[in-house]
Amino acid sequence: MKTTSTRIPKPATGPVAVLIGTRKGAFILRGDNTRRTWKLSPPIFLGHIAHHMVLDPRDRRTLLLAARTGHLGPTVFRSTDFGKTWKEAEQPPSFPKAPEGQQGLVLDHVFWLTPGHVSQPGLWYAGSSPQGLFRSEDDGRTWESVSGFNDHPMRNEWTGGAGDGTPDGPKMHSINIDPRDPNHLYIGMSSGGVFESIDGGKDWKPLNKGCEANFIPTPDPEFGHDPHCVLLHPLMPDRLYQQNHCGIYRMERADGRWIRIGRTMPKQVGDIGFPVVLHPRDPDTVWVFPMDGGDVWPRTSPDGKPACYVTRNAGKTWQRLDTGLPKLAWFTVKRQAMANDAHDSVGLYFGTTSGELWASRNGGAKWTCLASHLPEIYSVEASELGK
Amino acid sequence: MKINVPTPLRSYTGKQRVIEAGGATLAEMLADIDRRYPGFRFRIIDEQDGIRPHIKIFVNEQLVRDLSVVTQPADQIDIICALSGG
Repeated sequence: MKTTSTRIPKPATGPVAVLIGTRKGAFILRGDNTRRTWKLSPPIFLGHIAHHMVLDPRDRRTLLLAARTGHLGPTVFRSTDFGKTWKEAEQPPSFPKAPEGQQGLVLDHVFWLTPGHVSQPGLWYAGSSPQGLFRSEDDGRTWESVSGFNDHPMRNEWTGGAGDGTPDGPKMHSINIDPRDPNHLYIGMSSGGVFESIDGGKDWKPLNKGCEANFIPTPDPEFGHDPHCVLLHPLMPDRLYQQNHCGIYRMERADGRWIRIGRTMPKQVGDIGFPVVLHPRDPDTVWVFPMDGGDVWPRTSPDGKPACYVTRNAGKTWQRLDTGLPKLAWFTVKRQAMANDAHDSVGLYFGTTSGELWASRNGGAKWTCLASHLPEIYSVEASELGK
Repeated sequence: MKINVPTPLRSYTGKQRVIEAGGATLAEMLADIDRRYPGFRFRIIDEQDGIRPHIKIFVNEQLVRDLSVVTQPADQIDIICALSGG
């Protein structure tokens, strides 16, 4: 590890809130300091498709919620009092109007929200379906298209057509900001791959060397990959992990090449999945939740036996963590539906397509179901609350 | 003209089922609605001025698909949320 003890933040000790986005609204699951007692909120925007709800870690009060309904177009709701009251964005994310006679992009939904760099209060990024990048400089009140990506001459080639994405639409996700430099950004796209900008989003370059894309006939393509979830480690920002359609990968940015660390997973389980979660104080510790990517891609746990896997050595070896989980179940854990807190030991949380919220207070050693009978869970975020 | 508002949009109209708006075309009428009830338009009309897939707009009980349709003060407008799955 390149980190030093002086840079490693102290573990969190305060209460945790788990922010849950579901197909029928959002929920907040509030815990106490011990993370033993939890209280579930009533549904927030019941009936809305809540793709992602995120707390601003810079003020610990502002929540943004990316939502739409079956009928109504996409929008972003804002709360500045941790969910007591909400207002809609005055200018939600949208693509630029195309010149007369040309076909422009239509935003289907806002899929991903990322608070900006700590030095840029009020700044947020949003990723959308179809793949688009948007930016707000006023806490989510108004949003602008990031022209450097959305109008990039290569955008259509990078993203492929409307059919080249996930079943419910191609997506931009995994917006990562280098903690050392607010202009250094990474994004993930399904499909498209991982891309990097070093100028605050004005220009972008593919970053997919070494990553497989076995659904494309071209060997080792420059783009067109399917990262499911991409994260950089805040203490070692030149290290990236991704759970990809084709396996689990790590990149040391100086090398510029993805290494498939999922090859060391048990063969009968494989290394396909949606989420990846990083230990907040140890860049070598990573959790994943494998799924069945065989035949017609059921996306349920392999053999119906749900389990989290952890590596504590950056992918050399993996350990199965399934104590407390059902012995047989057929749910899926989506790419946004697994998260961690910053306590010691680290708390893990995941939501299922069958509406259960599972948690572990000890890094996955033992799991408990905190909530059930919720709608299909799309996203889970674990946020530290003010004391 | 009078516009019948479906339930998913009444959070914008202060729960009103029927609102009034003016304009010589559907586009102008929707702009007027959005001035009175900010945010209303984008939920049913996309950024390329297309009517969203599960929204239907009727002028005097005739389905319209284009915002350039001419409107008159006595017209009745119905905005309908079509079936869109469970």
